[in-house]
Amino acid sequence: MKTQQQTTLSETPFVMGGKEFKSRFLLGTGKFKNKTDLAESILSSGTQIVTVALRRIDLERHEENILEYIPKETTLLVNTSGARNADEAVRIARLAKEAGYGNWIKIEVINDSKYLLPDNAETIKAAAMLSQEGFIVLPYMYPDLNVARELVKAGAVSIMPLGSLIGSNQGLKTKEFIQILINEIDLPIIVDAGVGRPSQACEAMEMGASAVLANTAVATAGNPATIAKAFARAIEAGRLAFLSKLPVEKNMANPSSPLTGFLFEQ
Amino acid sequence: MITLTELKSILADSRPRRLEELAREAYRVKLQYFGRTISLYAPLYLSNYCSSHCTYCGFHSHHRIKRHKLSDEEIHREMAHVAKTGIENILLLTGESYQVTPVSYLKEAVGIAKNYFSSISLEVHPMDVDEYRELYLAGADGVAVYQETYDRKRYAEVHLSGQKRDFDYRFETPERIAKSGIRNISLGILLGLSDIAEDVFELYSHLQGMEKHFPAVEYSVSFPRLRTIKGLGFEPSHTDDVTFVKLICLTRILFPRVGINLSTRESPKLRDHLLDLGVTKISAASQTAVGGYTSEEPDKLDPQFDVQDERSVEEIIKMLKAKNYDPILTDWRTIPATFS
Amino acid sequence: MKIIMNGKIKSIKDKKNLKSLIAEFCRDSNHVIAELNNVIIKRDHWDKAELKSGDTLELINFVGGG
Repeated sequence: MKTQQQTTLSETPFVMGGKEFKSRFLLGTGKFKNKTDLAESILSSGTQIVTVALRRIDLERHEENILEYIPKETTLLVNTSGARNADEAVRIARLAKEAGYGNWIKIEVINDSKYLLPDNAETIKAAAMLSQEGFIVLPYMYPDLNVARELVKAGAVSIMPLGSLIGSNQGLKTKEFIQILINEIDLPIIVDAGVGRPSQACEAMEMGASAVLANTAVATAGNPATIAKAFARAIEAGRLAFLSKLPVEKNMANPSSPLTGFLFEQ
Repeated sequence: MITLTELKSILADSRPRRLEELAREAYRVKLQYFGRTISLYAPLYLSNYCSSHCTYCGFHSHHRIKRHKLSDEEIHREMAHVAKTGIENILLLTGESYQVTPVSYLKEAVGIAKNYFSSISLEVHPMDVDEYRELYLAGADGVAVYQETYDRKRYAEVHLSGQKRDFDYRFETPERIAKSGIRNISLGILLGLSDIAEDVFELYSHLQGMEKHFPAVEYSVSFPRLRTIKGLGFEPSHTDDVTFVKLICLTRILFPRVGINLSTRESPKLRDHLLDLGVTKISAASQTAVGGYTSEEPDKLDPQFDVQDERSVEEIIKMLKAKNYDPILTDWRTIPATFS
Repeated sequence: MKIIMNGKIKSIKDKKNLKSLIAEFCRDSNHVIAELNNVIIKRDHWDKAELKSGDTLELINFVGGG
């Protein structure tokens, strides 16, 4: 029999929607004081996925388009912000698809202006409708295992539970419930909302999250490019810490009782 | 939520150090939830005809002023003038006259506004749900309605006649507005009518109630400070600057996502400082008399209140940029939901 | 004729098609998404879409968001 050896988990590639990503840091592009800060943050952090939103064009003031500051190879994750129900989310997704920049959609359905909590029920509906239409769906949700299971059934490619209220920078208030999702759901879990510090992003990764999204913390920092880099490194560190934790299940008789394993060695 | 006792104690606390702590917290919350954005708007008075007798207001039904209601042509002229300054967010005001400025007139005005502005709000007489719905469908996206004072007894003392005497109808107006589909509602009290702590406390309760029952609506509050108006014979009680600043800070801290509006009633110096402490929306280059923007004889007009901050839109934008703020002329610009 | 463009009433020349309208009003047509009377109009159909009086047009683009 092979000797029992404590080995680390081997890294599995971060794959979603048929694409493989090296970076496990997703960057939100809202609230940046100026667009060059955004461009520099994308560069310094090495993020490969950024979120954007759709709005009416300001016809009186000809602003530069944000896409000019996002490298062509970056995957654009269009959020359905502004949608208050599934139908509105679907409409926004279809508008985004028409733009021709891929069909990656972050479903964000919020009809609560006080806490900006997502409407889980409408999110499930939107996920089902959009997956059917061929969109790559990443739903933003309040961490609830039953809802997550429905989202898996609905065709989501990952689950994005909130860590704490949007903009609150309070970190992983929903830690226990995110852990449950990580344990029970087979899709990548991407922690979103409320991550205010690189150490919190690190913590999420140590728990086993597949990736972390941060926006406010980077955009409103004194030096966005620097903190974006810090986030990227913290996320790598957290991932390594996670991988170093658990023994791999490899031909072991009874890996959960190492103290008495010796009785069964030959 | 803060208790009335706590509120009174904060207002009574005269230590400058405590005020500074409050201000720091307000500054932090403001930055976190609103970043460095400040929205700009301008008021446009359509009519000063009024059928209510509010003893503190220059437009009240018994006050002998020249009454005027803008014709379509005049509305176009006034709006074109304001639109030229870059303002995209217009607040249309009228005195409270259901006869002279009925819903049909307001709808017409909103329709004209759609040629010039991308966001149209109203501050007019309280109406029924269907009437608000008509205005919503015509293109209005916000309504401001202030209870003035939540003290029933005082309310009856200062509102002597007209529909405005009905305290409950006015109190229930925000609810009717929310039911009509309008998603921006502004509440407020007039400082100078009653006990400030009690009125503010009631305002906070009203706001909380609305947030609870109509969570999809975006709320904002205003605290206009009443000043003596010549010829009215009404003396508002004085609210000093420190108290005013405390109210803004407290509101910002207790309601992190609720907007706080500030008009040109206040001085440039105070307005500029309040930007750091929680104010999110300010008017610029305001004219508070009917037809005030394009009148050839502005001195002959009767404004609703005297403007203290007379800076132009350009000067305000310059000030904002100098203070590292991002002036927002068009709010959000979200793609509208299709009307079902 | 008058149409409603991004929520505002705008006067435009008669017989205008969507392509020329967008070229006139938008700095860069490249990133524009057009929705006419609640129907998304594909970019290669812009020159065929003729505007009528009273039409509602939404011109949309990407902006920063979380």
